[in-house]
Amino acid sequence: MTDIATDDLSRNPEDIPLKPPSADNGLFAVFQRHYLLRLLVQREISARYQGSFLGLMWSYINPLTQFFIYWFVIGFLFQLHKDLPNFPIHLFSALILVHFFNETFGAGTRSIMRNKALVVKMAMPREMFPVATMLVSLYHVVPQVVVLVIACVLSGWTPDAVAVVCLVLALLIIAAIGLSGALLFSAANVFFRDFGNIVNVLTNFVRFGVPMMYPYAMVHDRFGRFADYYLLNPLADAVVLFQRAFWVPTISDAEMAELEARGDVIMPDNLLTHGFVALAFCLVLLAFSQWVFSRLENKIPERL
Amino acid sequence: MTTSILLENVTKEFTLRYHRTFKEVTVAKARGVKTSDRFNALEDVSFKVEAGESIGLMGLNGSGKSTLLKMINGVMRPDNGTLLTRGRIAGLIATGAGFHPQLSGEENLVLNAAILGMSERELKRKYDDIVAFADLGRTLEAPVGHYSSGQRARLGFAVAVHVDSDIFLADEVLAVGDKPFRAKCMKKMMEIRDSGRTLVYVSHSPASVEKMCSRVIVLEKGRLGFDGEPKAGIHYLEYDTPDSDNEITDDEMGNDI
Ligand SMILES: Nc1ncnc2c1ncn2[C@@H]1O[C@H](COP(=O)(O)OP(=O)(O)OP(=O)(O)O)[C@@H](O)[C@H]1O
Ligand SMILES: [Mg+2]
Repeated sequence: MTDIATDDLSRNPEDIPLKPPSADNGLFAVFQRHYLLRLLVQREISARYQGSFLGLMWSYINPLTQFFIYWFVIGFLFQLHKDLPNFPIHLFSALILVHFFNETFGAGTRSIMRNKALVVKMAMPREMFPVATMLVSLYHVVPQVVVLVIACVLSGWTPDAVAVVCLVLALLIIAAIGLSGALLFSAANVFFRDFGNIVNVLTNFVRFGVPMMYPYAMVHDRFGRFADYYLLNPLADAVVLFQRAFWVPTISDAEMAELEARGDVIMPDNLLTHGFVALAFCLVLLAFSQWVFSRLENKIPERL
Repeated sequence: MTTSILLENVTKEFTLRYHRTFKEVTVAKARGVKTSDRFNALEDVSFKVEAGESIGLMGLNGSGKSTLLKMINGVMRPDNGTLLTRGRIAGLIATGAGFHPQLSGEENLVLNAAILGMSERELKRKYDDIVAFADLGRTLEAPVGHYSSGQRARLGFAVAVHVDSDIFLADEVLAVGDKPFRAKCMKKMMEIRDSGRTLVYVSHSPASVEKMCSRVIVLEKGRLGFDGEPKAGIHYLEYDTPDSDNEITDDEMGNDI
């Protein structure tokens, strides 16, 4: 609690400014009120699987089953990845990010509706709810990354400094774009319930728009110089960055030489530049979403 | 004197009926039905409250009292005009605070206190007092969704009165409480009033308004009807004339203490 003076009854009333009661809103206010944010995140974590027997386990079961399905269908039945070293790591690293984005976007969009009871009666920055959902999804990413790291180490992972930068960049990109989507759609969903369904449709496309079931090399091969347009999608950038952090360092020198001999471009040129540009774009998008959100927010409590 | 609440030409417009999906809007448009039907829940309301005043806000059902309180506490914003407040605001709107029905009373207590601006330290210090005031016993562990309306009001009121607020809003807090709790609430609100905090008290009970308030504001269909002495305000609303056909008075209805 920092935005309101606390524990202090003897303050001079003249010192407190006369201002609109709903003044301190917005994303900055959310992070200032970190105690409240922490409570909401904790509550959300315990509430997400409340009443379920396996509880938090579902956070692993869901991506893991998806992983096995894709691995079985794409890798085993279709045999599409005979020449791709460590395909499961390629797949799983992408899946973690796709899952992170879909959870943030999907649950974030529903967050205002779900917290209706609070929204209509308590004054607080309403950005709190989408932000809390994003943090909860991030919290669930951690153990999945641990699983991924174990798999990587077993496959001979030799990460470098660039890998760490890529990892952080990828998570920031997804957090920013997921949060922008959640802000925009959570507010819009209050006005028209259609937006909730639009989100479901959109999230279906995500897994095909990123190099998860197919390698980036294939995009480069098919699209040629248009591959740069593929990388205009920040989600694709984030996934490629994540694979640069986890998958690429597991490829042995011999395998790398083999890929190069075949002419496969497994990573785009100037990957970090692409990453920073994508992050900048996502932050601009976030600012825009915040602006739209504050416009719509006025009418949210009366329309719930 | 310092101004605590300032309203200038505040107007709030509501829509009578909403269309929730694109399809509904299209169908309504095609049939030539108006897609929005708007009315003013509050219209051109202006008044000024000095710090330390205790205001009784009165008016018939639907006159816009709760809407006004929602704007004062910052949940809603006026569509027109300016509304300014000074300091922290706490209180209850329409008999209850915002509670999450699936969460237990304890969890809601903590969450509510944090939303009202209590720090973790402050809450730790006051937690036992709040629990004692709410006096809910083991019900505190049950989800708030299962609470009776009185129990919900008790919990909300207990949290709100323990916030060091400069402005306290009380909307029909006594309407659902039992007699001992109503007495406790009245006592607490008098304490708040006497400590120099600003109090806005909404009630349909003239006796308690007279006891609590130094000034009465009456809303009439969203407009300011009366602003002045409590006795005159109650008379303006014709709340002082006993119903001739029906001899049940306020006191007998249990609306008063
Ligand atoms: N979210 C909303 N959307 C549309 N109309 C609303 C909304 N909230 C309230 N209203 C309308 O605004 C008017 C004022 O309502 P309000 O709750 O402020 O009345 P009140 O004075 O508190 O009444 P009561 O004495 O019954 O508590 C009513 O006509 C109500 O139907
Ligand atoms: Mg009301």
